[in-house]
Amino acid sequence: MSSFKISVRQFGVHAILVEWPNRVEESILDEILQFIQYLKKNHLDEKEWEFVPAYNSLTLICKNTVLDFDYFKPKIKEWYAIKGKIEPATRYLWRLPVSYDLEFGLDLVEISGQLGLSVERIIELHSQSIYTVYGIGFLPGFMYLGGVPEALEVPRKSTPRPKVLKGSVGLAGKQTGIYPQDSPGGWNIIGKCPVPMFDVKKEKPCFVKVGDKIQFYPISMAEYQLHKIEGEVGIYNLEKKVLDA
Amino acid sequence: MLNIIKSGFFTTVQDTGRFGYRDKGVPVSGVMDSFSVSKINTLLENDENCAVLEITMTGPTLEFEQDTYIVLGGAEMSVTLNDINIENYKVYKVNGGDILSYGKLLKGFRAYLGIKDGFNTASVLGSRSFFKPITERDSIKKMSSLPYTKCKQFNPKISKLKVDSVLDKIKLEVFKGPEFKLLTDNQLSQLFYREFSVANENNRMAYQLNEVIEGNKLSMLTSATLPGTIQLTPAGKLIILMKDGQTTGGYPRILQLSDMAMSILAQKRSGDHISFKLK
Repeated sequence: MSSFKISVRQFGVHAILVEWPNRVEESILDEILQFIQYLKKNHLDEKEWEFVPAYNSLTLICKNTVLDFDYFKPKIKEWYAIKGKIEPATRYLWRLPVSYDLEFGLDLVEISGQLGLSVERIIELHSQSIYTVYGIGFLPGFMYLGGVPEALEVPRKSTPRPKVLKGSVGLAGKQTGIYPQDSPGGWNIIGKCPVPMFDVKKEKPCFVKVGDKIQFYPISMAEYQLHKIEGEVGIYNLEKKVLDA
Repeated sequence: MLNIIKSGFFTTVQDTGRFGYRDKGVPVSGVMDSFSVSKINTLLENDENCAVLEITMTGPTLEFEQDTYIVLGGAEMSVTLNDINIENYKVYKVNGGDILSYGKLLKGFRAYLGIKDGFNTASVLGSRSFFKPITERDSIKKMSSLPYTKCKQFNPKISKLKVDSVLDKIKLEVFKGPEFKLLTDNQLSQLFYREFSVANENNRMAYQLNEVIEGNKLSMLTSATLPGTIQLTPAGKLIILMKDGQTTGGYPRILQLSDMAMSILAQKRSGDHISFKLK
């Protein structure tokens, strides 16, 4: 038996929205990931369907055809009730290098004042934590990460920057993350990651998936430059560890 | 090759879109007015996924290197093939060296140029649709060229189609969105008993509307959005996500456009009027 109550709603004629209780919780995310595995294996062909998980929801999108919601609504509830315990896809902890050099960490000094913490302490706290990927969206390869320590919670900038550079590491409220491409953005910028988060030249353009975990580790400017060149030619090696093992 | 002599304001290659990468944040992309493009590909007896040129507001000047067949559709523009006027939804044979030239925009906003067997530009993540930085280019550039396969002989089953055009329509059919229930009576009457006008902020990612309704303070967890999703911001602005729209969002998704309504809206530009009709 699954432990959460789900709601199933029609979302246009091509999609179904399945929702779990309105909370940010790892146990909810686990259920969603298990349900995706179950659906892919037993009922919904990956060639015809897309599965978009985020926090407490799963959106099922049917490629072209108009779907029969009256058929799917009870079916999805039934499938969820009987799915049992499923192994989700293998999850990884990715260790990502970040240069917190002040040249990249444009807002480090300012938020140091706001938070009453030294820049060194901010870097220490930010790189000690392990973050959970609750969703990927907004931009290709942009991760919604949960698990920011309370001491680092700082409001987003009152005026967004028109251009935040690709790779910039941002911090805002309960969220931290990497801008995968140049983009306007209102998060406080505290560093830069030289590894591309989205690379169309790779067979898997985005190595991270929802449910994976992320940890940042500080690197020097020289290491940043080296990784950056590696990233540009696509030969970087990422540090990863299998979770749930 | 199709040589780009002039690019026009914003001209892109589009097919039916990029499927299977939305969980990585990649928008679907694809033609904005799929209704018109399906007629074009039908006339050319093309696969529905054949890539066409999407021409926004002002059109390009193009030179064909090989013989082929073309069909125009979507917005009405004055278009000449070697200085002779040609019309929408009719199959034309073109010869190597022919020049297709777009003039004034007459009605609508996005015109389409379909070609026998489609354009053969690079397919990235399963689609030829331009979307930077997934594709290298965001639009076609002057002095570049687009590959297509030569076609010497084609006898179309139908050479001309009378299309019940989307250009004159202003009523957008909508479904209830996931957060529809949040709407108050006041918001509902504001939404359904008036016309709205398209704001200057309108592009392939999203269309904003000038008029605001009562805002919504709900804070919700980020969740998936789709092309055609209408979001309501705390300030009461309505944002309609289009084909290049982001795949997730944090604003209430109050309404969802039908596929036909997407095509109708794709032909609107700043200042044009629309209204919503609940299905």
